Amino acid sequence: MTAAIQFVIDVLSLGGAYALMALGLVIVYGILRLVNFAYGELVMAAGYTLYLVGGSPLPWLVMAALAVAAAVLTGIATDYLAFRPVRTKSVTAVLITSFAFSTLLQNAAQLLISPRPRSIPLPEVFSDTVTVLGVVTPARNLITIAAAAVLLALFTLAMRRTILGIAMRAAATHFTMARMLGVPANLVITTAFAISGLLAGTVALLWLGRIGTVVPRVGLEPLLIAFIATVIGGMRSLEGAVLGGFLLAFIDTSLNYTLPQDLLKFRDAFTFSLVILILLWRPAGLVRGPATGQRT
Amino acid sequence: MALAVDGLEVRYGGVRAVRGVDITVGDGEVVALLGANGAGKSSTLLAIAGAIRPFAGRVRLDGRDVTGTTPERMVRAGVAMVPETRDVFPDLTVEENLRLGAYVRRRDRAGVEADRAAMFALFPRLAERADQTAGTLSGGEQQMLVIARAMMSRPRLLLLDEPSLGLAPTIVEQIFAMIAELAATGLSILLVEQNVSKALAVASRAYVMRLGRIAAAGPARELAAAADLEDHYLGG
Repeated sequence: MTAAIQFVIDVLSLGGAYALMALGLVIVYGILRLVNFAYGELVMAAGYTLYLVGGSPLPWLVMAALAVAAAVLTGIATDYLAFRPVRTKSVTAVLITSFAFSTLLQNAAQLLISPRPRSIPLPEVFSDTVTVLGVVTPARNLITIAAAAVLLALFTLAMRRTILGIAMRAAATHFTMARMLGVPANLVITTAFAISGLLAGTVALLWLGRIGTVVPRVGLEPLLIAFIATVIGGMRSLEGAVLGGFLLAFIDTSLNYTLPQDLLKFRDAFTFSLVILILLWRPAGLVRGPATGQRT
Repeated sequence: MALAVDGLEVRYGGVRAVRGVDITVGDGEVVALLGANGAGKSSTLLAIAGAIRPFAGRVRLDGRDVTGTTPERMVRAGVAMVPETRDVFPDLTVEENLRLGAYVRRRDRAGVEADRAAMFALFPRLAERADQTAGTLSGGEQQMLVIARAMMSRPRLLLLDEPSLGLAPTIVEQIFAMIAELAATGLSILLVEQNVSKALAVASRAYVMRLGRIAAAGPARELAAAADLEDHYLGG
C-alpha cells in the first residue's frame, strides 16, 4: 500500500513538472507551427538569475519571482530577436535562428558566468521530508504537485474565460481567420512566448531544486522531455501536451520501480522504445488537434 | 463606406490570379462579384481584406489608402470578411466564436451584449446552440455563425465569399433572406457568388470576373436580363 502511494506521488510530481514543460513548448507550437528550440534556455535563464541574486538578502520567494520574470523576458526576447524578423519569410530560417539563439544564450552563460556548475539558493523546505499516509517523501514533490495543479488550473481558466485566451485558442486553429476578426498577430504570438516563459521559469525552480545547481546546458533535458511529451500527446493540442507529460512520467517512474539495478542506467532506451510503440499506434499523438490550420 | 479598388493585381508565385481589377462599392450598396471557379474572385476579396498582399494596385476606404495593410487593421477600419472556407473555430463554442468576433470592441461590454442578442434574434438556431462547439454545427449553421461573427465587429462593409456554397436550397433561401435583412440596415456588402440569380436579386450592381479581369459590369437588373451571361462569362 505504501509502495502504491509512493508511486502515485512520484508519478504526479514528475508528471506535473513534465506537463508544465510540455505546455510551455506547445503553446508556441500551436500558434506558429514552429518548435522553439531555444525553449530550454528559458529554464537556464531562470537558473542563472537565481544564482546571480543568490548572495542577496532578499527572501527566497522574491528571488524565485525574479527568476520566473527573467524566463518570461527571455521568452519575449526569443520572439523579438529570433522569430519575428524571419517568421513570415521561411520556416527553415526560423528553425535556424531558434537554434542559433539557443547556442548564443548557452555560450553567453559559459563566457560570462562559467561552464562549471553554479549552485543556486533553495529554501529549507526543498530539502525537508514529510510523511503522507505513512509514506516519507520529499516536501519538494508535494510542492511540485501543488504548483502544477495551481498553474494548470489558472492556465485553463485564462484560456477559457479571457478574450485573449479565447483569441489564442482560435489563433491555434485558424490564425489568418483570427486576424480577420481583428486579433493582432503580434500580440497573440508575444503572449504565447510570455506564457511559455512563465511555465518554463516555474518548472526551472522545481526542476533545478532537485539538482541544486545550474550549468549552461541545463536546458537540454527539459527541452527533450517537453518535445517527447508533446509528440506523444499530440503537437496540436494543449490537453495532449499535459496528458503526454503525465504519461511520460508514468513510463519513467514505472521503469525506475521495475528495472533491475544494472539495467537502470539504460532506462531512457526503454522509455524511447515505448514512445516509438505509442507513435506506431497513434502517429499523430494521443490527442488529435483540430483538422485544419495554417501558418502566418 | 465607400470602397474603391483600382488596378488590383494578385500573384501566387508566377501565377497571375487577379490582373488589374477596378471595383467600387458605395455607401449602403450591395454589389455582387460573379464569375466561374478560378476567375480570381476570392483572391480579390482576400486582398481587399488585407489577408494577402496585392502585387499591384490600390485599395481605398473613404479615400484613405489601405493597400497591403494587415487584416486586423482592416477590421478596425470597419471591414469584416467572411471567407469561402467559413473557418469557424471548431473547438470554440458558438458563444466564444461570437465573443471573438467582437474583439475590436471588447471594451464596449453593453454594446457587445446587445449585438449578441440581436444576432441570436436574427439567427435563432445559433441561440439554441450557444454552448455547443462550432465544429458540431451543420454547414448552414456554420455559415450563419460566420456571418453573425463578422457582424459582431459592427462593420460598415461586409465582404461575403460564397455564402451559399455547398448548402441545401432551403438553407440558401434563408441565408439570402438574412443578407437582404442586413443590407436593409444600411450595411455595404461586396458579395462573391456562384449562384448568379440569387446574387443579382439581392445586389444593385454587379461585376463579372473572367480569368482575373472584369469582363462585364453594370446594374444587376441589366446583367440579369442579358440572356447570354451564363454561357459567356460563367460557363468557362
